[in-house]
Amino acid sequence: MGQSLSIHNLEAWYGSNKILKGINMEIRPNQVTAIIGPSGCGKSTFVRCINRMHETLPRTRVRGEISLDGRSIYDLNPVALRKTVGMVFQKANPFPSMSIYDNVVAGLRLNGMKNKQELKASAEKSLRMAALWDEVKDRLNYSGMSLSGGQQQRLCIARALAVEPSVLLMDEPASALDPIATTHIEELIRSLKEIYTIIIVTHNMQQAARIADSTAFFLSGELVEHGPTSEIFTNPHDKRTEDYITGRFG
Amino acid sequence: MNDRLRRYRNEMMMGIFTVATLLALIPLFGVLGYVVTNGLSALNLEFFMNLPKGMGTPGGGMANSIVGTLIMVLIASLIGIPVGILTAIYLTEYDSASWFSMGVRFATDVLTGIPSIIVGIVIYSSVVLKMGHFSALAGGLSLSIIMIPLMIRSTEEMLKLVPHSIREAGYALGISKGTTIIKIVLPTAAKGIMTGAMLAVARVSGETAPLLFTALGNQYWARSLNEPIAALPVQIYQYATSPYKAWQQQAWAGSLVLISLVVLLNLIARCAFRSRSN
Repeated sequence: MGQSLSIHNLEAWYGSNKILKGINMEIRPNQVTAIIGPSGCGKSTFVRCINRMHETLPRTRVRGEISLDGRSIYDLNPVALRKTVGMVFQKANPFPSMSIYDNVVAGLRLNGMKNKQELKASAEKSLRMAALWDEVKDRLNYSGMSLSGGQQQRLCIARALAVEPSVLLMDEPASALDPIATTHIEELIRSLKEIYTIIIVTHNMQQAARIADSTAFFLSGELVEHGPTSEIFTNPHDKRTEDYITGRFG
Repeated sequence: MNDRLRRYRNEMMMGIFTVATLLALIPLFGVLGYVVTNGLSALNLEFFMNLPKGMGTPGGGMANSIVGTLIMVLIASLIGIPVGILTAIYLTEYDSASWFSMGVRFATDVLTGIPSIIVGIVIYSSVVLKMGHFSALAGGLSLSIIMIPLMIRSTEEMLKLVPHSIREAGYALGISKGTTIIKIVLPTAAKGIMTGAMLAVARVSGETAPLLFTALGNQYWARSLNEPIAALPVQIYQYATSPYKAWQQQAWAGSLVLISLVVLLNLIARCAFRSRSN
């Protein structure tokens, strides 16, 4: 099941550049939360703080509190945290040296699962959830790189699902895809929220409107407004949100 | 009207490039052709099977030198390849920007450029003199010192070619950094690393200078790694500078074998690791 997240006073730096300036946000379980905002507003950094990926880069710093179902993520070690909080990146990044099958089970196998039956079952389940099974079931031992861009992205989603996280972070997962592949991914996201809490960064406001239950608008490292998607798009409280979604800037 | 001038200039430049390329090919094929024509006549099965004969006596072979070279290259590889790869992993994955790493990189570059005879002298005074005798171990060690910087730099380049996004994908799955490097990053760079290793092996298998006063050479089979051992380049050097026609012939044959070995290693590096069949 999905877990809830609560974020208090989250600040993040890259070098001397303060990217997040005190974010407070509650994220409900089993919902799709969209993060929108212009380039450089800190939305990617924000999701990368949730699985502590931001800290893996040199000269970065984070301050504040993030808790997962009431428990601070900083009490967990980052490697363990990332099994609970999965991530899908903007650009599909299958492991080039691995087959489709090996890609999907990489997270399990490299964390020590050896049972072939379990691995196989998990691979099929994950690929089915990612709506990729029918397209690849006859060529699981082909290289992951042999797939099209949209298929590669779904492979990466399947790979993230196989680890059975409870939160799924998606950093513009469809921005490099064509409209058909994007539709696939969006349908997928809608169906996945039954099981996962999903946070999706997107540049595309129509996309946020289509798939998100709640939407958060970020600007210059601050959270301007967070509320039910319909409300953000039809009746925003903040002037800046209105300006952004009506296309006056950004 | 300017068009004509442009085309004329274009053709002239094209001509210059072609001539330069042909000039570069002359020494390349000259050396190869010379060695092949001179070496082929002295090359026979006996050359690969037998020990050298006495001074000036025709016949005999360089079996001990061929095996000696292979043994020392093997020793060098066993030391140089792992040390080189592990150092490169340290430099790219764990500590890429510190002063220490910059120092290591600088030292590596300097070491790559050091004349190999100096490596020989150092091993001679620090290993051979201390142990009291020339040996295959000392020879292999000096070759490994030439290999290490080559391996570090080639492996580092290959690891840098692996996109950061691949590492992040590993971390994001809850895979530890160490496992990500060993099971994901290294296999992604494997072909390039192997190619680098092959080229480093090819490079040291022809080294003569550092072996002169570490392995010394031997007219017979070495019975252990602790005694002087024959090596192809050393044997070629000794035979080619001898006054005996038969030995000079053998030096050509030895050169041909050595060149073939290097060409073979280069071919393996180019073909075998080029594509992974799926």
